[in-house]
Amino acid sequence: MSSSVVAKPPTAPAAAPPGRAERSLISRVLGRPEVGALVAAIVIFGFFYAVAPPFRTLPALATVLYASSTIGIVAVGVALLMIGGEFDLSAGVAVTTAALSAAMLSYQLSLNIWVGVIVSLAIALAIGFVNGYLVVRTGIPSFLITLSTFFILQGVNLGVTKLITGTVATPNASRLDGFDAGRAIFASDIPLGFITVKVTVLWWLAFVAIGTWILLRSRTGNWVTASGGNAASARAVGVPVRKVKIGLFMGVAFLGWFLGMHLLFNFSTVQAGLGVGNEFIYIIASVVGGALLTGGYGSAVGSALGAFIFGMTNQGIVFAGWDPNWFRAFLGLMLLLAVMVNLYIKNYAAGRR
Amino acid sequence: MTDTIAEHADPGLAKGVPLVEMEGVGKSYGAIRALEGVNLTVNAGEVACVLGDNGAGKSTLIKIISGLHGHTEGVLKVDGQERKFGSPRESLDAGIATVYQDLAVVGLMEVWRNFFLGSEIRKGKYPLAPLDIKAMREIADAELQKMGIVVKDINQPIGTLSGGQRQCVAIARAVYFGARVLILDEPTAALGVKQSGVVLKYTAAARDAGLGVVFITHNPHHAYLVGDHFIILKLGRRVLDKKRSEVTLEELTGEMAGGQELAELSHELKR
Repeated sequence: MSSSVVAKPPTAPAAAPPGRAERSLISRVLGRPEVGALVAAIVIFGFFYAVAPPFRTLPALATVLYASSTIGIVAVGVALLMIGGEFDLSAGVAVTTAALSAAMLSYQLSLNIWVGVIVSLAIALAIGFVNGYLVVRTGIPSFLITLSTFFILQGVNLGVTKLITGTVATPNASRLDGFDAGRAIFASDIPLGFITVKVTVLWWLAFVAIGTWILLRSRTGNWVTASGGNAASARAVGVPVRKVKIGLFMGVAFLGWFLGMHLLFNFSTVQAGLGVGNEFIYIIASVVGGALLTGGYGSAVGSALGAFIFGMTNQGIVFAGWDPNWFRAFLGLMLLLAVMVNLYIKNYAAGRR
Repeated sequence: MTDTIAEHADPGLAKGVPLVEMEGVGKSYGAIRALEGVNLTVNAGEVACVLGDNGAGKSTLIKIISGLHGHTEGVLKVDGQERKFGSPRESLDAGIATVYQDLAVVGLMEVWRNFFLGSEIRKGKYPLAPLDIKAMREIADAELQKMGIVVKDINQPIGTLSGGQRQCVAIARAVYFGARVLILDEPTAALGVKQSGVVLKYTAAARDAGLGVVFITHNPHHAYLVGDHFIILKLGRRVLDKKRSEVTLEELTGEMAGGQELAELSHELKR
């Protein structure tokens, strides 16, 4: 019956792998998503080091790191979300929503500020859940869903703040119970001996480490990459794609809340209009760091390098004494270059050799 | 090449035992009936071929067995028990693995990550247990070598393998994880002659190891090489249902090419 086809025994002995050679070092290094960002970071660092003498000092480095961390913390989550194949345009204003809700709830009801901190975390996670749920439930691109959330939150931030406080900023929260403890966790200065940095820098590095571990060493990370790389294929082998995506949106929301708490405890008062436009900076940091817009590829370390490039440029232009108005033009140019480099690297990594 | 399949196939599989039985199964999408009245039995150690043109209902049939869509009429039995799958996971847990032609693998992920996707090995059972990367690399590497698939590096993205190799990795993965029924969705459609040969040999190896195979194709030549039972679908209905002993390749080819319709057309266009 099966005489027409006879499965042949293996032609090559299993012990001797024929034609197997280690991939060259260059091919392995170029296979990493963050390599483009690393080169760019070194070049930009060298550039500002050469043209801006104040840039060479340690306090300047601390400033650069602080600026980087305020972008980098959320960018870790955004990078993972993008690797999972989705966008979050509401991340920028969601940071402000978290800070506002914590500040106003505690102040208006004269509660311990930690009540506000916890409730705002719940609000942030709920926003993330709604974003994720709507995306996986409706199948509408996350670009549109989160664009809607972005406008809703922007309006609510301003409207509710005006309604409650009568202005567009929250009252000073620094005299509420529990404020000092919050400040120690979210906004203190940490002396490291040779340099004093904001605590957000350490949090940033911790989140990058956690993000990298999740992505490369955990089952969840495998599922994130697969959900973004080929959702149908992942689903067919039993990956819970919907849960993964909702979880990623909630991850971004958590990190946004964290940055929101930093803003609250650092400045004691929160401006309701803050955060608009930052969502794109997070995306730029992730893309410069090697994340593909189409999902399935990227890295948490890359997003940190992207954020660091942002921080260096942001502060470097000031240190060099240039007109800071040029900053955005520079940012756009960086993004364009990064996208082109990433395209080249992706084709190299995915092509047959 | 057959080592890995014979090694991992369920030893309890007895040739000829029905694994999946469909009786009068149909599926409607709203007012559209994509499939109706299909009877199909998948026996252990046999290849059931489902042939049909585009839009014949082949994909719908696969989706019902693999748990992507539930059926709306008829009975689906797995191992003699009536089932209706709500998700691919349920179907997988029942020992049914599906290899799709275009979405078999995630191209940018490493070969070993693809091999273990959805069934990762972890160092422990607790929620945050890390992956056992070393073990997964070694197993994937060993399994692929047994299959005769030469990859430069188990860490390279699977997109760097050829189409036939990717298809074989997907089949090997399904068998490795204890599949008893293997559904192959047009495995040779995008492949050249030589690569199709590799996949067909692999299909035959799975059959010989006692698995039940559902082979979906629109190529009667490929079907006839490995098939034990042939079903031709047309517009969601079964137009041919014969055992290998009852049908010739010419008959299959003729039926696939349009059968009676083609004969009429040829008469009409006679020059």
